[in-house]
Amino acid sequence: MTRLTIDDLKKIKEKHKATFTLREGGYRAKITVHMGTCGIAAGAREVMTALMDEIAQANVEDVIVTTSGCAGLCSREPMATVEIVNHPPVKYVELNKNKIKEIFKEHVLNGNVIEKYAMVIGSETTY
Amino acid sequence: MPKYRASLMVCAGAGCEACGCIKIKNALIEELKKRALEKEIGVVLTGCMGPCQNAPIILVYPEKIFYQKVKLEDIPLLVEEHFLKGRPVERLMYQESETKIAVPVMGNIPFFKHQVLRVLRNKGMIDPEKIEEYIARDGYQATAQALLEMTPEEITKVVKDSEIRGRGGAGFPTGVKWESCAKMAADQKYMCCNGDEGDPGAFMDRALMESDPHAIIEGMIIGAKAIGSTKGYIYVRAEYPLAIHRLKIAIDQAYEAGLLGKNILDSGTDFDLEIYQGAGAFVCGESTALMFSIEGKRGMPRLTPPRSTEAGLWGKPTVLNNVETLACVPQIILKGADWFKSMGTEKSTGTKVFSLSGAINNAGLVEVPMGIPLRTIIYDIGGGVPGAKRGRKFKAVQMGGPSGGCIPESLIDTPVTYEDIEKTGAIMGSGGMVFMDNTTCMVDMAKFFLEFTTDESCGKCPPCRIGTKIMLDLLTAITGGRGKEGDIETLEELSHDIIDGSLCGLGQSAPNPVLTTIRYFRDEYESHIKDKWCKVGVCRNLCTFLINPEVCTGCGACMRACPSKAIIGEKKKPHKIIQEACVQCKSCYNTCKFNSIIIGPAQYKGEPVALVKS
Repeated sequence: MTRLTIDDLKKIKEKHKATFTLREGGYRAKITVHMGTCGIAAGAREVMTALMDEIAQANVEDVIVTTSGCAGLCSREPMATVEIVNHPPVKYVELNKNKIKEIFKEHVLNGNVIEKYAMVIGSETTY
Repeated sequence: MPKYRASLMVCAGAGCEACGCIKIKNALIEELKKRALEKEIGVVLTGCMGPCQNAPIILVYPEKIFYQKVKLEDIPLLVEEHFLKGRPVERLMYQESETKIAVPVMGNIPFFKHQVLRVLRNKGMIDPEKIEEYIARDGYQATAQALLEMTPEEITKVVKDSEIRGRGGAGFPTGVKWESCAKMAADQKYMCCNGDEGDPGAFMDRALMESDPHAIIEGMIIGAKAIGSTKGYIYVRAEYPLAIHRLKIAIDQAYEAGLLGKNILDSGTDFDLEIYQGAGAFVCGESTALMFSIEGKRGMPRLTPPRSTEAGLWGKPTVLNNVETLACVPQIILKGADWFKSMGTEKSTGTKVFSLSGAINNAGLVEVPMGIPLRTIIYDIGGGVPGAKRGRKFKAVQMGGPSGGCIPESLIDTPVTYEDIEKTGAIMGSGGMVFMDNTTCMVDMAKFFLEFTTDESCGKCPPCRIGTKIMLDLLTAITGGRGKEGDIETLEELSHDIIDGSLCGLGQSAPNPVLTTIRYFRDEYESHIKDKWCKVGVCRNLCTFLINPEVCTGCGACMRACPSKAIIGEKKKPHKIIQEACVQCKSCYNTCKFNSIIIGPAQYKGEPVALVKS
């Protein structure tokens, strides 16, 4: 490491922002890829990889990706849920790597829900 | 920068290291590779997260799911279920002690819920061996601000206004110390850090040096500018190898980044820092003895004044601050004195780190606002004493190690502040809290601490050197059944003489455990001396173990536990202890689920039932 200046301190902080968004919270969007056995069998792994690549390329710091189990609609896997903070979650179905890339660009980055891929907007009611 | 969708923080405090966390980390990395997840999920070794009782620990971001007591064989399942399929594994989570319901999220676990993290803000957040991660959490921002934008007077003023008091135990206002050193004119001044943590049951400073070494370095750079010093030492005992290892890495990184050495951040300020390893003498935690030790001399306290701030290391003005105090400094500079004072009480500002050990369910490291009642620490954070079902109850807590005193159950609503703790006869100390339940003999406990101080007395002042030995002899006699009328008074008298006649804090505080136990548990001393009866069965010559025939179910558990085959009896009929064969090991007492073992005075010949009724 070379001698640091004040600017370098700021740059290092910027560079690690994504890591600490993950640990500290305070993200803008969360994408959940459903990775139950059904999801993985239908290609969720590929969807996840494509999504991770896309995020790395877009160089965004405030989006996190998590996984969850089967969403209950095995016939329409692979599925993903996109949650923008302060907006209802959107469930997308029958995904592939191209669709998830499109969803990332249009929905996550630009804020437009892609209705043709979406199954439902909002959460299920839980008791 | 690789982008991860999850961070697995593997706790690498000394407790977790001892439980094999490094193997866990390697197994995690292997398993993630097997599943081709290594590019999506990062594994980080982090400093002590606190709940050492439940080591090894893994914290999973972003969900903040907390796994405990993870074993090597759990790793494949954990990786497949949680990290691949997104189904957190309940079996490895913390469970509520009553309901046995798993609590997944860290912040909902009572141990964490009542804590306020300021000094420990980076625990479980960063890898302590990576300066970049520290910088990403606003690290060295305070250094930049102090070195480039503030005068030494301004720095001192902020620290003084924050009213932070020394976290080493005595509670001297840090700002006042800095100010008096800054006033001195000298060609060289020294800025030192006291990491010679030696109290039995204290591990706050070790954990801090291991988990956030840069915060301490930063505090020292800022302090050095405030007092006008260009050279510093961190005094750490050699028994803390991990702390030394991580501090060394941190110092090297800081030098490489130009944050130590000449012309730091082009501010014109120079500061050199090195580690000095102490040999582990308790007395070297005393400031003047510590400085002699750094000079290569025998670690013995000297008469003050002159204070160290006037003539310390090599006769030059020196500031010596505790590890935790220094770790508070960067945030005081960044966020201001009022922010610091927003927690705590009027005379005890900020937060304090404590290490909980002994008879407590959640042993470990915690940080709480000053002024919190002891009760909250014991019951809400600590989870109470183990074995409640078998009648175990909280009895007392020893605060301040061998220099402190014990606080009994009747005073557990005492707020944790310097003033209030001192009123009880104990001291705040550096933060060690040793909990005791109703199976602890207080005379024996006082004897333990006195053994420690007798060993560690440097020998300079006869009242401490000889007095503590005489006190120890008296306590040994009392616990051995040779106590006599008047011993308690002699102990009290000796205590005051030692306090008055000793030069340093070691001697002045060594009698505290005895004084406080006499104050709160005088009846126990009396029953040892007059009745030859240690009612909890710790002092072997002062008890007789008996079985209460009215309670005994004849289950035979005690019979199997007895190493000397001293218990006889038929199945489902009350058993009996043959006193001639009993070695008083207490195994039967600890085994019996029905509380049928009763403890009578020495050489008791009567019926057990008579004891219960009396």
